Amino acid sequence: MNPILSVKNIQKSFDGTGVLKGVSLDIHEGEVVVVIGPSGCGKSTLLRCINGLERIDGGEIWLRDQRISDQEKNMHLVRQKIGMVFQSYDLFPHMKVMDNLLLGPTKALKRPADEAKAEAMEMLKRVGLAEKADALPRTLSGGQKQRVALVRAMLMHPELLLLDEITAALDPEMVSEVLNVVIDLAEQGMTMAIVTHEMRFAEAVADRVLFMEQGVIVEEGAPAEFFREPRTERARQFLQSFTYASTRKNAR
Amino acid sequence: MQGLGISVLFKGINFQRLLLGLWVTLRIALITIGISLVLGLIFGLLMMSRSKIARAVCRVWLEIVRFMPQLVLLYIVYFGFARLFGVNLDGETSAVIVFSFWGTAEMGDLFRGALTSIPKHQRESAAALGLTKAQINRYILLPQTARRLLPQAINLSTRIIKTTALVKMINVTEVLKVGQQIIGQFYREPSAAFWVYATVFLLYFLICWPISLLAGRLERYWN
Amino acid sequence: MDWSFVSAHVSDFIGGAWVTLRFGLYGVLCSLVLGLLCCLARYFRVPVLKSIAHGYIELARNTPLLVQLFFLYAGLPRVGIRLSAEACAVIGLTFLGGAYMAEGFRSGLESVDKSQREAGECLGLTRWQNIRYVLLPQALATAAPALFANVIFLIKETSMFSVLAMMDLMNVADTLRTSGGRTIEVLFMLVVAYLALLLPVSLIATFTERRLRYAGFGNQRSV
Repeated sequence: MNPILSVKNIQKSFDGTGVLKGVSLDIHEGEVVVVIGPSGCGKSTLLRCINGLERIDGGEIWLRDQRISDQEKNMHLVRQKIGMVFQSYDLFPHMKVMDNLLLGPTKALKRPADEAKAEAMEMLKRVGLAEKADALPRTLSGGQKQRVALVRAMLMHPELLLLDEITAALDPEMVSEVLNVVIDLAEQGMTMAIVTHEMRFAEAVADRVLFMEQGVIVEEGAPAEFFREPRTERARQFLQSFTYASTRKNAR
Repeated sequence: MQGLGISVLFKGINFQRLLLGLWVTLRIALITIGISLVLGLIFGLLMMSRSKIARAVCRVWLEIVRFMPQLVLLYIVYFGFARLFGVNLDGETSAVIVFSFWGTAEMGDLFRGALTSIPKHQRESAAALGLTKAQINRYILLPQTARRLLPQAINLSTRIIKTTALVKMINVTEVLKVGQQIIGQFYREPSAAFWVYATVFLLYFLICWPISLLAGRLERYWN
Repeated sequence: MDWSFVSAHVSDFIGGAWVTLRFGLYGVLCSLVLGLLCCLARYFRVPVLKSIAHGYIELARNTPLLVQLFFLYAGLPRVGIRLSAEACAVIGLTFLGGAYMAEGFRSGLESVDKSQREAGECLGLTRWQNIRYVLLPQALATAAPALFANVIFLIKETSMFSVLAMMDLMNVADTLRTSGGRTIEVLFMLVVAYLALLLPVSLIATFTERRLRYAGFGNQRSV
């Protein structure tokens, strides 16, 4: 069975500094791959390269049986098949929620408006935001905006969904409402590549975990094994940094 | 054909005549810029003063300048004052008066804008550190105001230089008029007009462009 | 003040105002289009076009409209390009205005977060769809004050049309002044005419800017 996404040994540098130094990855249909690693390791760049927001300096990226890494002119067609949600959600502030949702399907996919609207309402209901359809983005909380951003991406019926640290900018109490939506999507069989800092979420949603450091994939494995017994020392140190252990010595 | 046309520029002292004409407008512009800078600062301070009358006067002044083309103001002073007050001002003097009137208001507005664009919390944190009002003005407000103001002031100067071309319309012998005289003398060269006006165009560009580049560089350097 | 003179010539001034307004608006509209195209060429760094746009903007912003008009109207015919007075008016105004509008649009576009552009791209919109639905609406909200200021500026600049052979406001005023000798009345009507043209524009500008500000977007982060 051909993978949906095939990343072959890609390289990317910014200003002479190598950010991706030979990364290869296959994602199969229905698979959820989670990429974790310290800041600067290249995980966000990896996602941005897949979607063509950054041009790679070497290697190839294939979507099913189409090479997409050299598609300059028709990238917008490729992006209709790959959805992406950012940390900064980026809803269009000058449009109501419903218009935000309908822009892609009606203008890019040319779907009839009432059909798209019906589906949009369905999805809004599913994430619990049906009553916000006519609201402006600035009246929504961060978690609500992020859920809308997810629906907006899903309405394009993408083959692959890229999520770039989507909970990083949220207040802690809103994180789970967003992550629950993602888990729901995973259970519906959506193929996803997720970059996140939320370790427990990664463990819950991933089929495969990739640990990156300094532009290369250091370790790869099933979540159960990776989080219990990482094989590499660097992965072990990284996971340890997530438990805050020191205490103040002279606490009264 | 065009080779002959362009040679008009190099005949005799034609090019020098053009430059002298340009100097007439530049002279007016420089005087205007000088007056506008000084009076403009005062104008800007008046715009922010507590006196309602001062602010109102400034407001009206600014609105007049905003709604009237400079050429109309020039006509009012050059033609109108002669009728109203019996004073016969020559073209250059009228120009300096009108353009300074305009320049002062614009400069004042720029100054006010620069001063008020400094975030309030800068003043407050300086005060919290225990600085006196004079010290705050000197170390915090003035340098930052200058930084915001200078590029825009330089751009205003460029606009003043361009506007002085208007004095052609009130019979001052400036570069365009000199150009017309040259073309008239060399009526046998059909394409002379093209080359003369192209040269005037280029001359203005060569004066204004470096100045605006300077303003741009300053702006980037300070931001 | 001779009111009979005034009432006798109101229709002349209305005619002149109409000429000024008509060609001014043509110039403004063409400037908006030209300015937007230049700005987009630079924003998207289209090769070749972006350099041409840059060069054009520098040239147009550093030369007076008067000189540009002389070149178009009196210079070009000598090399075979003969344009009507009206064509020169619109072309000249567009040449100047396009550069100013380009700068206005630029400040607007730059104020829109880059991530908004990426979000639009990620939805699979084409470049033009992205510009039209995502970038421009937000850019316009920020650019509106600058663009309206340019409109007012350009309509004031139409006073230069008097060097062309068309009966715009300034030429009407000139004709009446030199023939009838009632300078004060003529100047009075000139002022009123320009106020009548510019006040409505200014009011529309304020109203539109207020509505856009109320819509609340623009360059607010974190949406």
